[in-house]
Amino acid sequence: MNYPIYLDYSATTPVDPRVAAKMIPYLTEHFGNPASRSHAYGWKTEEAVEEARGHVAALLGADPREIVWTSGATEGNNLAIKGAAQFYKTKGRHLITQKTEHKATLDTMRELERQGFECTYLDVEENGLVDLEKFKAAIRPDTILASIMMVNNEIGVIQPIAEIGEICRAKGIILHCDAVQAVGKVGIDLSTLKVDLMTMTAHKMYGPKGIGALYVRRKPRVRIEAQIHGGGHERGFRSGTLATHQIVGMGEAARIAKAEMAADNERIRMLRDRLWRELSGMEAVVLNGDLEQRIAGNLNVSFNYVEGESLIMAIKDIAVSSGSACTSASLEPSYVLRALGRSDELAHSSIRMTLGKFTTVEEVDFAANLLRTKVAKLRELSPLWDMYKDGVDLSTVQWAAH
Amino acid sequence: MAYSDKVIDHYENPRNVGSFEKGDESVGTGMVGAPACGDVMKLQIKVGRDGTIEDARFKTYGCGSAIASSSLITEWVKGKTLDEAMGIKNTEIAAELALPPVKIHCSILAEDAIKAAVADYKQKHAAAAPEKQAANG
Repeated sequence: MNYPIYLDYSATTPVDPRVAAKMIPYLTEHFGNPASRSHAYGWKTEEAVEEARGHVAALLGADPREIVWTSGATEGNNLAIKGAAQFYKTKGRHLITQKTEHKATLDTMRELERQGFECTYLDVEENGLVDLEKFKAAIRPDTILASIMMVNNEIGVIQPIAEIGEICRAKGIILHCDAVQAVGKVGIDLSTLKVDLMTMTAHKMYGPKGIGALYVRRKPRVRIEAQIHGGGHERGFRSGTLATHQIVGMGEAARIAKAEMAADNERIRMLRDRLWRELSGMEAVVLNGDLEQRIAGNLNVSFNYVEGESLIMAIKDIAVSSGSACTSASLEPSYVLRALGRSDELAHSSIRMTLGKFTTVEEVDFAANLLRTKVAKLRELSPLWDMYKDGVDLSTVQWAAH
Repeated sequence: MAYSDKVIDHYENPRNVGSFEKGDESVGTGMVGAPACGDVMKLQIKVGRDGTIEDARFKTYGCGSAIASSSLITEWVKGKTLDEAMGIKNTEIAAELALPPVKIHCSILAEDAIKAAVADYKQKHAAAAPEKQAANG
């Protein structure tokens, strides 16, 4: 096994070797600018770009003409949300999103608020899912756009996008969906799903970093204002010379995902369930986010009475994400876990383990063993664990805050 | 975060982990910090008849620096009188462990833990002392 064991597939994935092999000739041999119409170098790469576009569209049940290449998810979310808000602002100025969205959505909303838009940030339920009645209740006559992610990056829960799509379509509201953590992991069919704009990125699905795509619906037609101006590439939605090798990589990743996703998911779910069986047998362990409405590879767990940073330090043989950003003097617990109603302590002591198609049984067993041993060791050190074992309710203790 | 070798040593091999009986007359207990802030330290000192600290124990919920700071002070207070222990400064702890600026609060908490443990011991004996005088008189 290679240490540290990689259990952070939601942060990024390795590039599938088949993807890398497909990309390389487009760096050295087929280097033409796809926008060059006057010679074979350009024709060759334009053909490759369109083939890749076809693979991405096929994975989503979309028309290739609905796929716009971007540099990745942050750009995709910015283009979709700002682009639609600015195009439709004469119809209204109200936007809806939820508190557990990625920063690329939340911060874009904040910027639009500075430009005079109003945004409602919906609370989520304790399981991390948005309540449809609360979503409906947030809609106003001047609501033009809603942005709800399909899969949450921290807790992996799958939002009821189909239902939200029906609600939005009936009210004439544009629905943007950040599907970065969903594409290649859950089945998406945009021929039936009523999503108008959808963001995706290659490096979460075994493709390269630096390339993504935005789906822009044609029927019924959705309009957005471009955010990057120039040579009018991508039908004017996104100017800039196309990164052929990256695009070829994303296309190949999409092709492989379509063919292998079902089998990969089954294996990954088996491994995730095996890991959770081990961890859930421990005392004072909490799963964050709904277990059923969840992608196969995600496990987000809080180990109560253990501090997050010391936990991360203790388990340096596995590469995981922490729910606590304890790199500054002020501790910042994950805002996603806080939105679920978790206490600061539980949010601090959480770790996110995300499994992928290269994860093995041995790796999962090693991780489970390491966590059991190290959590037990840190609890031996923890005065809070003592108090818990003595039956003290920690919420009633008067702490000397510092 | 890059920790010094000393922090890592104390974190991986913490000294004097454990607890004394809280009700023991010779024991002073200090608990400082709060779970929401990410650190809780419990320091206990065992004081001999001559007024020197014979032994110490700690338990800490916190980051590596907090664990190392509390482990270190259990070593430092041993053999010191209460007044000498009260003289231990957070800057000395931070310097010994080469704590980065964002972790200075861990050394401050350790200093507070010593003060709290000594105060607890003194409080126990302040209550006991007048009785002794009365018995002698």
